[in-house]
Amino acid sequence: MSAMTTTTSTSTDAPLSFRRPSGGRTIKNALATVYVFLATVLTIVPLAWVLYTVITKGIRLILTQQWWLQSQRGITPRREGGGAYHAIVGTVEMALICAAIAVPLGILGAIFLIEYAKGTKLARGVSFMVDILSGIPSIVAALFIYALFITIFGFGRSAIAVSFALVLLMLPVVLRSTEEMLKLVPNELREASYALGVPKWKTILRVVIPTAFSGIMTGIMLGLARVMGETAPLLILVSYAVGINFSPTSDTMGALPTMINSGRDQAPQLPGYERVWAAALTLILISMLLNLLARAIARASKLKEK
Amino acid sequence: MAVPDTDATRRVEPAPAAAEDPSLSPAEGHVEHMHSPVPTVVHHRPSAPEKIDQVDRAPRGVKLAKISQTGDRMFRALATTAGLAIVLLVLFIGIFLLALALPSLQANQDNFLTSRNWTVSGTELAFGIAGLFWTTVLSSVLALAMSVPVAVGVALCLTQYLHKRASGPVSFVVDLLAAVPSIIFGLWGLTVLGPFLAPGAEWVASKVGWIPLFSENIDPKGSVFVAAVVLAIMILPIVTAISRDVFAQTPRDHIEAALSLGATRWEVVRTAVLPYGRSGVISASMLGLGRALGETIAVMIILSTPAPGTPFSPSIFAGGETFASKIANNAAEFDTPSKTGAFIAAGLVLFIVTFAVNATARVIADRGGAKS
Repeated sequence: MSAMTTTTSTSTDAPLSFRRPSGGRTIKNALATVYVFLATVLTIVPLAWVLYTVITKGIRLILTQQWWLQSQRGITPRREGGGAYHAIVGTVEMALICAAIAVPLGILGAIFLIEYAKGTKLARGVSFMVDILSGIPSIVAALFIYALFITIFGFGRSAIAVSFALVLLMLPVVLRSTEEMLKLVPNELREASYALGVPKWKTILRVVIPTAFSGIMTGIMLGLARVMGETAPLLILVSYAVGINFSPTSDTMGALPTMINSGRDQAPQLPGYERVWAAALTLILISMLLNLLARAIARASKLKEK
Repeated sequence: MAVPDTDATRRVEPAPAAAEDPSLSPAEGHVEHMHSPVPTVVHHRPSAPEKIDQVDRAPRGVKLAKISQTGDRMFRALATTAGLAIVLLVLFIGIFLLALALPSLQANQDNFLTSRNWTVSGTELAFGIAGLFWTTVLSSVLALAMSVPVAVGVALCLTQYLHKRASGPVSFVVDLLAAVPSIIFGLWGLTVLGPFLAPGAEWVASKVGWIPLFSENIDPKGSVFVAAVVLAIMILPIVTAISRDVFAQTPRDHIEAALSLGATRWEVVRTAVLPYGRSGVISASMLGLGRALGETIAVMIILSTPAPGTPFSPSIFAGGETFASKIANNAAEFDTPSKTGAFIAAGLVLFIVTFAVNATARVIADRGGAKS
């Protein structure tokens, strides 16, 4: 594109002279180009480095069958064996309970913002609060649930309390992506529906939401990926269990992040240390899979941001 | 997954489908208007309330069907409740944290804001946040200083330098960085990056150690510096993504005007792209800062906690504790209400600080107008 500025042979007027930019400008331009490409490479390096570390240290256990089928019950750091089944169950279960609350609330909130209250003061207030919510540190969300459920209501620590804390973190992700998608739904579709006498609520449920469905799914996937990797609520609200436990109300439950956290202090030569990295690899795999899925859904979507 | 246009067309032909619809039904003359040769208008309240009067006075012979509005009212109420619930949720977070922190704050023997002491077990409460505040802000600001220049470079590269076909995959890779859970960054920072950076940190400390900020390191591996580098990597995708979106919106006219004046590509960036995207970049940086301030587990794993009684060191090569790491480190010991209250007070400060930072980001973004 810079060629436009420097070389042109079509001009015939004598006084117009097309010169290359002066030396200083050319050098500055070259430096800037080098800088932006260096910055890009510099960004990719840590990702590659982290992935390399985790994959080389964790791949051996991931490929064994028992990693996916067994728990850590009765296995000490000095012993080989066992798997991450208990932690995967816990992570998935807590994330699903969280999603069961956060997804309807997030979608309804977005419907409120776009379909009902667009442009009103109330909508601006809600939107501001969503921004604040999306910036709340996970530890603060966890402390809030701790204060509410454990100190005030007097319940014990439990996996379901973790799910509630995760709701605070997943809600803004789902809401924002749904909102963006609802904005993209063409108004003609809504008007066509109204013209046929379909009530507004039915228009939203049967026309607007199905049209925006893929975008909403993308948001849900990204939200799930985020909450599955969260550690702070797990530390505060539930104890780590090495055995398989399906009950969300019990006070102990395994999860991949706490599996990593509880084993990270072990000496590198112990078998338990390798399991920490294998758990890390499992967690990355789940998170990346959800992200790729989100991207694939977004790509298949008919609604495109333009 | 429904395809949008078929969904709309499906609703165009069948009148019976609408007639069967229970929500439309309990109207007198509802069914007959469907078969009436006279064009009928089915008025619909929520979509066009101001036009209803007009329609009511409209030509004779036009029959208006009454539509039940129960469904609409309920759905509207549901959506509004969800919206209000979010507002209440954020307010509740502040109120509950404050309510539980107050008793401990009142029993506090030290000055909460200026003390670096943290004695919360036993009957005597004496705690202050000065030390936590310093480590939190130092690590986050350092992370921001490292992250923003790189993020702006990447965003420029993606929007102004790379061809569209190449920038797609590259920005996907940058986004993947955000998919790595923070505990894994912590683990990697502690075991891989920390030892890698240690010789450099030792060298800097030996050369300019007379500056308090770089004074001789106490713990080269678990230092604030390593934590800041990891935080910088963690906020990089957020800052990059927002900057990229803002730069991509630079009006084509501005860029072409600069080109027509003979600007080099860098001059185009400097005169057209950067001024247009400045508020967006600042707002993105604030969001990144908010994320860095509240990051818990990565910082907790990396930072070495100084043994009790260690003199305070302002150096970036020393260990320390941030608000979040302090709370998480002691989560297992929330036994007495007064002790819990002290940690909740620290969490409250973190909440207020991140609230302020995020609100600033929002205001800057709104003022800048570079947002779509």
